[in-house]
This record gives sequence, C-alpha cells and structure tokens, in this order.
Amino acid sequence: MAFDSFSAFMVMEGHGPYVWSCYAAFFLLMIGLMVWSLRRRKAAIEACRRGYELQADRQDPQAASASAASFTRVKVSQD
Amino acid sequence: MWQFFHKLGSPKWFFGIAARLMPWLLAGGILLLMAGIVWGLAFAPKDYLQGNSYRIIFIHVPTAFLAQSVYVMMAVAAVVTLVWRMKLADVFVKSVAPVGLVLTFLSLFTGAVWGKPTWGTWWVWDARLTSMLILLFLYGGVIALDRAINDEKSAARAVSVLVLVGVVNIPIIQYSVEWWNTLHQPSTFKLTEKPSMPAEMWVPLLLSVLGLYLLFGWLACLRMQTEILLREQRTRWVKDYVLVGRG
Repeated sequence: MAFDSFSAFMVMEGHGPYVWSCYAAFFLLMIGLMVWSLRRRKAAIEACRRGYELQADRQDPQAASASAASFTRVKVSQD
Repeated sequence: MWQFFHKLGSPKWFFGIAARLMPWLLAGGILLLMAGIVWGLAFAPKDYLQGNSYRIIFIHVPTAFLAQSVYVMMAVAAVVTLVWRMKLADVFVKSVAPVGLVLTFLSLFTGAVWGKPTWGTWWVWDARLTSMLILLFLYGGVIALDRAINDEKSAARAVSVLVLVGVVNIPIIQYSVEWWNTLHQPSTFKLTEKPSMPAEMWVPLLLSVLGLYLLFGWLACLRMQTEILLREQRTRWVKDYVLVGRG
C-alpha cells in the first residue's frame, strides 16, 4: 500500500477531491453507458417481437375476428 | 457477387460471433480494468512532482487513448463503407460513435480536474486540449448527422465522409505535445522508447488501457447487435432469434 491508513487513502494529501471526482465520473458514465446499451438491445428485441405479432394478426384475420367476437353486446337496462 | 455476399452473409455471421465473444470481453475487461485501477489508486508509489493527483492518469490515459483509437477504427470503417458498401462497417460507425463521445468527454473532464492541482487551471487553449475538444465535436457531429438523415444509405455515405474529413484531427492530437510545447506533458507511452515511468506505475496503466479496450469491444458488439436486429428485422433469422430465443 502507498498509504498508511484508509483516511489517508481518501484524503490523498489534499488531492482526494480531484482524484475521487474523476473516478466517480468515470464509473458513473461507463456503467450508465453499459446499462443504456443493454436496455436498448432489450427494447429492440421487444420491438421486433411486437412487430411480428402484429404481422401475424394481420395475416390471420380469422384469429383477429375470433378475439373480437368475445366482445358481445350486453343489454343493460337504463332505468 | 461481392455485394450479394456482404448483404446476405455478414450481419448474421457477425451477430453469432459477437454473442460468443461478449462474455469473455466483458469479464476480461472488468477484471483488467479493476486490477489496473486498484493497483494504480492504492499500491502504485506517488509521483515525486505531482503527488497523488497523478493517480487520475489511470483513467485519463485509457479514455484519451480509446477516444482516439475508436475514431481511427471509425475512419477505417468509413473507407470500407464508401468503397465496398459493406453494411457491417456502417453499423459499426453508427453504434460506436456515442461510446467515443463518452470516452472523449471523460478524457477532457479528467484532464481538467487533473489540471487544477497540477497546472493551477481547469482549462487552457493549448493544442492538445483544443484538438481533443474538436474530437468531441466531431463525435457529436457524426451522431447528429446520422440522426438528421432518414434514408439509411445516404446517412451512411454522409457520415463516412464526415468521419474521413475529421481524421486529420488525429495526427494533430497525437503530435500536438511535440509540435507546440505548452502545458500538457508528453506521452507516457511511445512505441519506440521505454516508458519514462517506473514499472509500478506503467504496468497498472497498461492493464487499465487493455481493460478499457476489452470493455469497448463488449460495448461495440452489444450496440452493433442492437443495430443489426433493427435493420434486419424482416429477415428469417432475426425472426427466429426473437421468437425462439437463441437463434
């Protein structure tokens, strides 16, 4: 170790704030970039899946009308 | 024949290769980067002149190094896009530009914070700092231009031309510390000479540079996969991949 104690490590002879703010910015932005990129791929896969499902519905109108048929009109008295 | 080959073969092939490489890139990158940073922060001896503030070097040099080398890679990809019209090269430029932007910003930020205790100022308009700022604007310009053009092919061509024009900036950054003798110190690593630092300082620095390279590789693969999925969503293999899971 280049430092005698943990507090000396944090203070770094007065240079602590400079060193630690740099490392904080580095980790914040790098982890942010990694998480954002992972989420983008997940969102892209989701978007593709939704597209295929829409396509499948359009190609199969019977299935669409079958699901629409489950909405049956019910007469409710207005009194 | 070549057009046909590139159109059909490349993206799917790359997607599979990337999927196989990514766990190794991520694990290796994090391991090397953490080893370099922990060694540099806690175990490397302090600099006789700059004291402990020099410990910023273990992230400043890797981010600055990567910021430039990512741009060079983008320039190579831009040539490939313009000459051979290879789809994958354009995907690379588009996917990697935001990563380059973040890396350039980080190198400027850490440089400014390092400058305060060392030079007594956050910023000077010295050649190295100014050319790095131009690099930041170039990355921003590439991203903005790509978003401004809707047509995929014209966007690819315009972005490639911009990247190639901007590549003049790279030798200026590289040699700025030798041509103009201002505040920024000369390079730590040179290919032709031994490092001017003791091994306890440059070995952790080398580790963090290599670690960040691997991490960049992971990010590039991940972001290129995203772009390929969006562009190729009408193809059979993407449909299989999305619906079945692992294609």
